[in-house]
Amino acid sequence: MASLRNKVRPFIAARSAGLAGYIVLGACLSYGQAANSCLDCHSALPDPMGVTQEKFSQDIHAQKGLTCTSCHGGDASNYDPDQAMSRKAGWKGKIDRRQIPQLCGSCHSNPAYMRQYNPSLRTDQLDQYHTSMHGKRLAAGDTKVAVCTDCHSVHDLRAPSDPRSTVNPVNVANTCSRCHSDAVYMKPYSIPTDQFAKYNTSVHHDALAVRGDLSAPTCTTCHGNHGAAPPGVDKVQNVCANCHTFQAQLYEKSSHYKAFQAASLPGCVVCHGNHGIQHPTDAMLGTGSGGVCMTCHAPDSKCDRERAEILSNLTQLDGAIKDADQSLHLAESSGMEVSEARLGQDQARDSLTKARVTIHTFQTALVNQDVQAGMKIAAANLQAGKGAMVERNHRRIGLGICLIAIAIILVGLWLYIRKIES
Amino acid sequence: MFAPLIRWLDERLDLDGLIAPFKHKTVPTHRLSYWYFFGGITLFLFIIQVLTGILLLLYYRPGANEAYESVQYIMTRVQFGWLIRSIHAWAANLMIFTAFVHMFSVLFLKAYRKPRELTWVSGVILLYLVMGFGFSGYLLPWNTLAFFATKVGTEMAGQVPLIGRAMMIFLRGGPEVTGATLTRFFGFHVAVLPGLVTVLIAIHLFLVQRQGISVPPKLEVQWTANPSQKREMKFFPNFMLREMMAWYVAMGVLGALAAIFPWNLGVKADPFVSAPAGIKPEWYFLFMFQTLKLIPSKVWLVDGEVLGILGCSLAGLLWLLLPFFESDQPARTKAWITGLSIFALVYVVGMSVYGFLAQ
Repeated sequence: MASLRNKVRPFIAARSAGLAGYIVLGACLSYGQAANSCLDCHSALPDPMGVTQEKFSQDIHAQKGLTCTSCHGGDASNYDPDQAMSRKAGWKGKIDRRQIPQLCGSCHSNPAYMRQYNPSLRTDQLDQYHTSMHGKRLAAGDTKVAVCTDCHSVHDLRAPSDPRSTVNPVNVANTCSRCHSDAVYMKPYSIPTDQFAKYNTSVHHDALAVRGDLSAPTCTTCHGNHGAAPPGVDKVQNVCANCHTFQAQLYEKSSHYKAFQAASLPGCVVCHGNHGIQHPTDAMLGTGSGGVCMTCHAPDSKCDRERAEILSNLTQLDGAIKDADQSLHLAESSGMEVSEARLGQDQARDSLTKARVTIHTFQTALVNQDVQAGMKIAAANLQAGKGAMVERNHRRIGLGICLIAIAIILVGLWLYIRKIES
Repeated sequence: MFAPLIRWLDERLDLDGLIAPFKHKTVPTHRLSYWYFFGGITLFLFIIQVLTGILLLLYYRPGANEAYESVQYIMTRVQFGWLIRSIHAWAANLMIFTAFVHMFSVLFLKAYRKPRELTWVSGVILLYLVMGFGFSGYLLPWNTLAFFATKVGTEMAGQVPLIGRAMMIFLRGGPEVTGATLTRFFGFHVAVLPGLVTVLIAIHLFLVQRQGISVPPKLEVQWTANPSQKREMKFFPNFMLREMMAWYVAMGVLGALAAIFPWNLGVKADPFVSAPAGIKPEWYFLFMFQTLKLIPSKVWLVDGEVLGILGCSLAGLLWLLLPFFESDQPARTKAWITGLSIFALVYVVGMSVYGFLAQ
């Protein structure tokens, strides 16, 4: 505290000596606004003590009418630093990291208080935080772990819906990575620091950051936010099931579910990975570099033969859809109306997607049912494309016959005209 | 075989008396006579439109939820439905094309001169109505391009000072293009416009029949000075047989276009999606569209679009009244009208090509 006063003292002296006029001017300019002696000084201070009016005005708390004293105590209306920052005025000074969750919770865990600002806002963040890995470690005395202000920022804290907020879905991964990708900072915890790099290559990142789908998962979607913790080996499929409902339901009824539980394998992650999840392709069923089955299964085993059959059927349906597409495209470019078959192609593609989902049952017969349904539709669409081309040829033959007839009539008329005019 | 029937009709209707005027009617014969065929071809295409339109009416259902599907049904399920619809769409375009050709041929042959001013006026109004046919018919399949073309077109009508907004609401059946617009356009297309066009065609043909076929001024002066040079053919059967040949050629072209390039149905209109990039109107509105695009958004203090629309409307009105600026004497036809005609043709063709190629 003494060192802080020493730092501030030169500014007090300067103001006392020569900036009285500035204060009068400031008072005049701020006439009608609430006085805030804190910002007058702190806007001139370097980081981390500096808080400008511009920065603080971006803070959602400031916008809702809260001031510096709401968190730090003191008397912002008093321009004497000794009195403004006195214990008598309730000044708390810099908030100790260990006290931050409790301080934030003093308002955010009070439903009656929060209702006046946002009745739909949750008020269980502090309780959740206590259950999180961050909260548990903080309670154990580890002050390196994240507290509210590390993720939400401070003095320029924005609502999560604001794209500039550090906890907006598109920024969450960056915010987490500030600590979790720092190998030096994370060294004492002995956990990997490549999550962010892997996530940036994933299909989830692609959906969120490239396609702008804000419902796509980021770190907090799987790990939780205030209650952030690893999902736990046996609960991974519960996390994935929040979005991939059908796949999870089928998986839980499959033979793999019990086998993975018995072997303490983390469900979905075994085949799909976690942070670096890639867009699944049929190659995952193959024996090449993208294949995952042969990591556990032996070649020529019953499972390997079923794997090969499923892969073969999926490839067959994919090929049939492409053939039908080609045929319909040819018919369309010849001016034939095949929009119904085009619509049918969507059904065939749906069947292929359904078959790929049914793979999570790991039952060849069930996958084949969907494949066969798709094959039937694709075959009908292929036939529609071929039929359209046959029809096109018939039309052209008909046209040829009509043009010959018209030519004969024209010659006849011409001869008749010559006859009557001669 | 038909002789007893003809005799029976003749006894009651005096057929000889009915066709007598046609037997005496003659058509001037000269090196530009073939331009005379385009009016007849336009009439032939109109007849095709009426017949194919009636056939389409058997299956078409006007309504935002049914129109597209009913046209799709015509194209895929109805026997020869594709042919009827394609012929209707192609004949519409060919009819507008031949109407333009007919108009410019009349213009360059100076056939609009006294006493044929009213024939010109009725013909130009017919051209405007035929373009109205094109505009209203384009929306009926309720596909994306048609939807947005109608939206843009009616918005332009809404720019007319004072009456624009009311006119746009009247055309759309509300502030937006909806199913109500489709029903309204259907009404214009199958009832209002055919009625008006039929009456005007009757007046146009009556005037042509009454006044005979015009001779180019230079030839008229020569033939007046030296009547022995005058060349004519009988309208019936000589010219009529030639006209029939032209109609058969038109039928062949129409059939070939319909069979080789069936008219595309496109994608069903969705009012909630944004307009496709680079959307353009049909080719016959392209010269006006491109003109409006080239006018700056503000010309002095006047809105550019308003100025463009008022300019196009004024040009259309003056075009209608063109014969009244022409001299009565064939030897004294005004050169500026010929110059204006050449400029108009070059402008329409040039702007259409520019509009087609512009991004």
